[in-house]
This record gives sequence, C-alpha cells and structure tokens, in this order.
Amino acid sequence: MPSKTCALCHSARPILKRPKTGQQICKDCFFKVFETEVHNTITEANLFRTGDRVAIGASGGKDSTVLAYVMKTLNERYGYGLELFLLSIDEGITGYRDDSLETVKRNQEQYDMPLKILSYDELYGWTMDRIVSTIGRKNNCTFCGVFRRQALDRGASALNVDHIVTGHNADDIAETVLMNIMRGDIARLGRCTAICTQGEDTIRRSKPFKYAYEKEIVMYAYFKKLDYFSTECIYSPDAYRGHARAFLKDLEAARPSAIIDIIHSGEAFEVKQEVKATQKLQQTCKRCGYMSSNELCKACTLLEGLERGLSHAVITDRARQKLDAEEPPSQAMRTIPYFNLPRAPGVTS
Amino acid sequence: MTDSQVLNLKVEFGGGLELLFDKKRSHRVALPSPPSSPPDAAKKTPADINFLIHWLKDNLLRERAELFIENGTVRPGILVLVNDTDWELEGEGEYVLQEGDEIVFISTLHGG
Ligand code: SF4
Ligand SMILES: [Zn+2]
Ligand SMILES: [Zn+2]
Repeated sequence: MPSKTCALCHSARPILKRPKTGQQICKDCFFKVFETEVHNTITEANLFRTGDRVAIGASGGKDSTVLAYVMKTLNERYGYGLELFLLSIDEGITGYRDDSLETVKRNQEQYDMPLKILSYDELYGWTMDRIVSTIGRKNNCTFCGVFRRQALDRGASALNVDHIVTGHNADDIAETVLMNIMRGDIARLGRCTAICTQGEDTIRRSKPFKYAYEKEIVMYAYFKKLDYFSTECIYSPDAYRGHARAFLKDLEAARPSAIIDIIHSGEAFEVKQEVKATQKLQQTCKRCGYMSSNELCKACTLLEGLERGLSHAVITDRARQKLDAEEPPSQAMRTIPYFNLPRAPGVTS
Repeated sequence: MTDSQVLNLKVEFGGGLELLFDKKRSHRVALPSPPSSPPDAAKKTPADINFLIHWLKDNLLRERAELFIENGTVRPGILVLVNDTDWELEGEGEYVLQEGDEIVFISTLHGG
C-alpha cells in the first residue's frame, strides 16, 4: 500500500516504486539514487582514468540518451576528467535511423558534446535498405549486428577515443543471458555479463547501466523530460529476441529481482570462460585489418557475400571456402577500408 | 447515462505506444461510467484504470491491440503513471479515477 513519505528522505511524497528494492521514493531521491548507483558501478569497476576520451554509442533511443545525460552529469559532479563524444552509426534505414539521428543531433546541442556519425554506406558501400532489398528480411539483423560492431570500433578510432560506453541496461543483459541459455551458447554466457570487454587490440567497451533497470531508465527520462526517439526498426527485430523479452517482463512482473538474479547466474559462468577465451587466438583480418578469429573477419565475409550476390551461402566459413575454390573473388569487389588501430591509450600524438 | 457520469481525463502515450493511438501523444478522453453489474444494479461500479484500459482499446486504439493489452491489463513492460506517480503506488489497475486525472502510458520495449 502507498506510504505517505519517501523511504529515503522521509519527507517528500513518493512517486516511484523501485523495482530493485521495492522502496517507494520521491523524485529528488530517485534522481540521486539512480545517478549514485551508476557512479558506484563506474568506480567499483574502475572503468575510466582521468583524461580518457570516451565515446557514447548514441542511437537517439532512451538508453543512450539517458546515458549521455548521466555521463555528462557525473563527469561534472565527480570530476572524472573525461572528454565525452557522441558516436552514432547510420545503418541507412529510411524512416527509422534518419529520424533517430535527428534526435542525436539535438542531443549534441543539448549536451554540448561533439558528434561523429559513421554510415554503413560510407564504410561498406551498402545501406541496410539495400541489404534488405537484396537478401530479404531473414538474416538482416545478423548483417546489421556484425556491421555495427565494426563500425563502432572504426568510428571510435576516428575519434581517437580510449573507450566506448553503450546504453545496455540490466534488462538487456538478462535478456542476452536467457538467449544464450536457449541457444546453448555457454561460451558467450559469461562474456555477455561482463561490464567491460576488451580483446587484444579492441577498444574498451563498457556498460555503465549494467545494473540499471529499464523501468528506472525510462522513468528517469520521463521525469527529466529528456528528448529521445522510440520507434521500432522497420526491419522487425528478430522474433526470438522478442519472445525472450516478453518472457523476461513476465518474470519481472512476478518477481522484480529476477533481472538481477539472471545476471548473477550469467556471471557465475564468467570464470570458466576466461580459460576458454585464450584458446582461440585472435588475429587480424587479412583483407581489412580488423580483429578476427579467422582469416577474414565477419564483416568482410558478409560483405563478400553481398557483393557476389550469394549472401546466404557465405555465412559459414566452410561455404565460403567452397565458393573460393569454384570462383575466386573478383578484384573489383567492394572491400572495407583498411583498419588502423588507434594509438595505445596514454600515447599522445 | 447523464453527463455527471462522464469523467474527463488527459491520457498520454509515450515510448512508441503513441503509434498505436493515431500517432498522437496526448488525448482528451471523456470516459463514460462502466456498466453496473446486474445483481447489484443499485451499486455503481467505479471507473478504475482497468476499465480505462479496456475502454481505450475499444475506442482509441487503432492497431495491434496485443502490443497494448495482455491478460486484461497493460502488457508487461508498459509503465503507467497516475498524475505523475508510478501506478504501482496507487493500486495499479484498481486505482479509481477522478475527474481531471492525467494518466500516462509509456512503453519500455523500444530500442535503446
Ligand atoms: S532490428 Fe535488425 S536491422 Fe533493425 S537496426 Fe536492429 S539489428 Fe539492424
Ligand atoms: Zn526522498
Ligand atoms: Zn575484414
């Protein structure tokens, strides 16, 4: 039943029930506790060093919009000494990304942060619109995911940043844990809960909202009146993820701690995973220089498939080798510009 | 039904839900009284948020009802605010609506 006063300050009227604790708290205490928890996540994981250049992966959606706002607030409040940038990837999806990029451009002004937009078109020579009109709507998210990952790294390297932060929240991470369980992908299970990932040469990526509930992120945006974009991609998210999400929301409705419990379950696999990670050696893609666990990186493999009009056949390595034996790739084929690793952190020009 | 039985409310949709409601965020709603249950005809059934949710589905929703309503209430993942307070503090669907109330529905399910 509603209590009359806030569980934290015992004076103001509560406006929110925290999913994590069940506490009923007022607006000011909510802002404070939400921001402080993100600050604690950042300091406990030692995410940043003074002087770091940090790119916020910005889509214009709720999570990255709130992340940009909170990063700016905390950087000023606690004197992190970070240089913050917005980094957006333009997948080339008419009626979706073009509108959401307008939101990011407004955020650039509202938050006074430099913005870099990198498009699939300039990097790969293909927009998602053209990819979907070529391969249909079945594997589009596989292409998009692989392309986005590499685009973010390349955008970050162009900005010469040390670090990329993304808006993944506790619900997203719990959902990914569930998906990996459903797919039987134990190797990914531990890795997906890591707050910070860094391969041999990759730019550090982290998730300051790892423990932030989606409900609180949306409430924060609502009460702060933040400007975000909320339309689903027109190339429909993959149905499997949709089911995992709905299932998770049902669990959460029954028991709000389910989200954190699932993340903890994923974390329990983390230790074993470290042993495994060293088994597959990282190398660089022979064609574009991006890190890869095979001769060709995933993006080059997918791009080659698009260029050769055989997208479905090239998704597996074996299929590609068979293809190469039959007909080697043409010289005129579009490839990805060579990737030069950003300077090591701490080395200045 | 007399005019006094109508509740005037402000209803808002956000987080992508507005796309299901004529692509309009803000709506003025004149909510009629719920039909009273026959055995108790004398006793009035109060207009609560559950009743509003069904009324919105039948009268204002333009497409894909399954994205708004599930098992008689809003779909999990939709946040509801009553006069800028989390409905979880107000009895959720059983909150009895008052003249002039502002009800906000926000979907959390759309990309970050
Ligand atoms: S839903 Fe698929 S195609 Fe659309 S932006 Fe996401 S990954 Fe890309
Ligand atoms: Zn308080
Ligand atoms: Zn490559």
